[in-house]
Amino acid sequence: MTAGRDHAIGDVVLSARDVAKSFGNIHALKGVNFDVHKGQVTTLFGENGAGKSTLMKILSGVMKPTSGEIILDGEPVTFASSTDARDRGVSIIHQELSLAPNLSVRDNIFMGREIKGRAGGVDYAEEERQTRLLMEELEEDIHPLTMVEDLRLGQQQIVEIARALSVNSRILIMDEPTSALSATEVEVLFSVIRDLKSRGVSIVYISHHLEEALQITDHAVVLRDGSMTARAPRAEIDLEWIVRNMVGEGFDLGSPPTGHEIGEAALSIENLCVPDKVNAERLLVDDVSIEVKAGEIVCIYGLMGAGRTELMECVAGRLQETSGTIRLNGRTMNGLSIAGRIAEGLVLVPEDRQRDGLVQTMSVGQNLSLASIGAFTKGLFTSKKRESDIVTGSIRNVHIKTDGGEAPITSLSGGNQQKVVIGKMLATEPKAVLLDEPSRGIDIGAKAEVFKLLADGARQGLAVLFTTSEVGECLSIAHRIIVMSRGQIAAEFGPDTTKEAIMAASGESKAAA
Amino acid sequence: MSDIGASRKAAIPGLTDGRFDIARILLEGRAFFALIAIIVVFSILSPVYFSLNNFLIMSSHVAIFGLLAIGMLLVILTGGIDLSVGSVLALAGVVAGALMQGVAFESFGFTAYPPVWVVAILTCCVGAFVGLVNGVLIAFFKVPAFVATLGLLYVARGVALLMTNGLTYNNLGGREELGNTGFDWLGFNRLFGVPIGVIVLAVVAVIAMLILKRTAFGRWIYSTGGNARAAELSGVPVRGVTIAVYVLSGICSAIAGLVLSSQLTSAGPTAGQTYELTAIAAVVVGGAALSGGRGRVGGTLLGAFVIGFLADGLVIIGVSTYWQTVFTGAVIVLAVLLNSIQYRSGGRKPSGSGTPSSPQAKAKK
Repeated sequence: MTAGRDHAIGDVVLSARDVAKSFGNIHALKGVNFDVHKGQVTTLFGENGAGKSTLMKILSGVMKPTSGEIILDGEPVTFASSTDARDRGVSIIHQELSLAPNLSVRDNIFMGREIKGRAGGVDYAEEERQTRLLMEELEEDIHPLTMVEDLRLGQQQIVEIARALSVNSRILIMDEPTSALSATEVEVLFSVIRDLKSRGVSIVYISHHLEEALQITDHAVVLRDGSMTARAPRAEIDLEWIVRNMVGEGFDLGSPPTGHEIGEAALSIENLCVPDKVNAERLLVDDVSIEVKAGEIVCIYGLMGAGRTELMECVAGRLQETSGTIRLNGRTMNGLSIAGRIAEGLVLVPEDRQRDGLVQTMSVGQNLSLASIGAFTKGLFTSKKRESDIVTGSIRNVHIKTDGGEAPITSLSGGNQQKVVIGKMLATEPKAVLLDEPSRGIDIGAKAEVFKLLADGARQGLAVLFTTSEVGECLSIAHRIIVMSRGQIAAEFGPDTTKEAIMAASGESKAAA
Repeated sequence: MSDIGASRKAAIPGLTDGRFDIARILLEGRAFFALIAIIVVFSILSPVYFSLNNFLIMSSHVAIFGLLAIGMLLVILTGGIDLSVGSVLALAGVVAGALMQGVAFESFGFTAYPPVWVVAILTCCVGAFVGLVNGVLIAFFKVPAFVATLGLLYVARGVALLMTNGLTYNNLGGREELGNTGFDWLGFNRLFGVPIGVIVLAVVAVIAMLILKRTAFGRWIYSTGGNARAAELSGVPVRGVTIAVYVLSGICSAIAGLVLSSQLTSAGPTAGQTYELTAIAAVVVGGAALSGGRGRVGGTLLGAFVIGFLADGLVIIGVSTYWQTVFTGAVIVLAVLLNSIQYRSGGRKPSGSGTPSSPQAKAKK
């Protein structure tokens, strides 16, 4: 824990002291200490939901901490907003870029703080000159008047960096800057980062590509479940150290259920291809074949952009495939609507429960019964009694902590909301259930409960296919682990494999572009 | 209304503990209290306002807005909007008027005079057809509801003007020997002293209530408006629901057109101008959220009565029509203001998610 303290105090430009952040009864951060060193790269490692993004948002003024303090240049500060933080030299570059695609590079860089010319107008010539200077500094050949939408993603990132530099940012926070970049673009970005370092700019870096991050970082800090578990300078660590601290040992997410009969192939996906909506040439899911037997649990591991979500959404009927077949117990699902597939027994628990899983305006009970209204409709009208039977049954079966079916869905914690989404789909009595990152954004206890639910389902003959981006979860209840990378199946493992093997297969190192 | 109502109560932060009960009751029942206040104030200002007969007359005016507003409520609950209702009302009246004049089959050399019930059904079909066009444009061609229904607002009005050359059908009585009398029954007659138009409104309101509260379709409407993506993934036929609500809104407008032209015993192509705005206002005053997913038939009816009783009251005490417009506008703004207080942080609270990325994802969509 104290390894990072060896550095001289003057070295630290920005630090968080005992920073905690709670959302209702969810504790995203539990008293984290974090230092940013001048002219160096500090990388924050951690699984999804470990609190990385929350910490970055607090450091950059997007959010305020529930308790604890931020110290900038030795002085405690309170950032009123991200603009305030930017004015004091702390800028953040979000995972999803915040550029206006319909404006030029110049207009984007000076958006919101245009240089005033004479007669109250904008001094476009001066803006253009400064933009050109910035591009020269970054050694990027981008014309200031190019439309941002015409730039490649890597170049857009450079524009973001240029914008941060144009306000004299001394501390630059980068949230997953390489996730959408090709290998050459990553190289360009890294040389820009090295250049920034040499000019005394401090970088906070977040990435899921561990090996890639190791190339560039000077310090590593690992978060797990809202607490800092380890920190050390680059020289003292390696990949294994990071994984060990990220995943932890302690919590048991269960083991593959045994003792029940594994049946026939329930869900079989053959040679499935799903194209990119924008660029139909590119396949997001490229010739994937997966078979899940009744009573079997299969886990798909992959990084962001590996094609997991697209695979799930296509099998559930939301995305259209270009080729391949999907069968459930031998019946072809291709061409059926989402509702048709639910009726056949093929259901999806989507990745983003706020966006795709819950109807926020409805109660817990109405959400739970939404997919199985037919089961309590007699003739024209719904039966209140049968609905409340289904709702209370679901609440009991999936262990939802709620004041009852009438409670608003927004009153539940993230884990319980997730259980509502799962309970809703299980209430349709499916034969195969797809779960896209069922553990995303829920705490470790809720995770264990969700996995136990899935294991129970499998024991009763349900075919379960779930995805995860947390390697520790692969080695819990899954009978088989399939690793996806760039739309294809990269490897398949049994439950006795290692975290390192899975991570290596996923291309967590230098992703081949 | 118990279930939706219950979730609303808890959605008001800080107002749920005992001390703020009065504030909460006032906020929740605001349309009701506004109606009481309007009746009290105008009864004091005018001796003729507070009488059963006046209430019945005002209610028959409200019936028109109320019918439009119920159709509008169904659309707004799905997160849409229907600007064409006023024009459909006029078109329905004109179609009914034309049918009452007889349909000439020239090749066969005779003119058919359909009985009134056939006229009523055909007119509703016209309304349903306009709604179908709206719904298909919105659900399948992804035309924004505002634009699609704005287009149909012009088209329906234009067709109504074309059919009559801008003139009004004055003779809707029908003739005994042709067997098509009775058109005035809808708007003019009374059953047990209650204007038929008000009874029609009551029947439509009860049907709408049953649909929303007791059928799968009703649940689909609420879920489509609350979160269409989640509804779709739960197997709700979101497109079908979208088309259906516009069809129902078209039918409600056609019924309103029949009642209005029956009340006036004339059908003009310029009837019902800006009524779509009144209908939207009634829905909003009744506490529905324009973003969809929240709202009740009872609230919408109250909203229609608030606006109708206010407008008629202002006429009775002799306030100029210009001031009436100002007052009505002020009431609508106040209603929207109170809605936003009630729904503030009630629906989506990103904090509940625990996934910091989801609000961004939502904003991007």
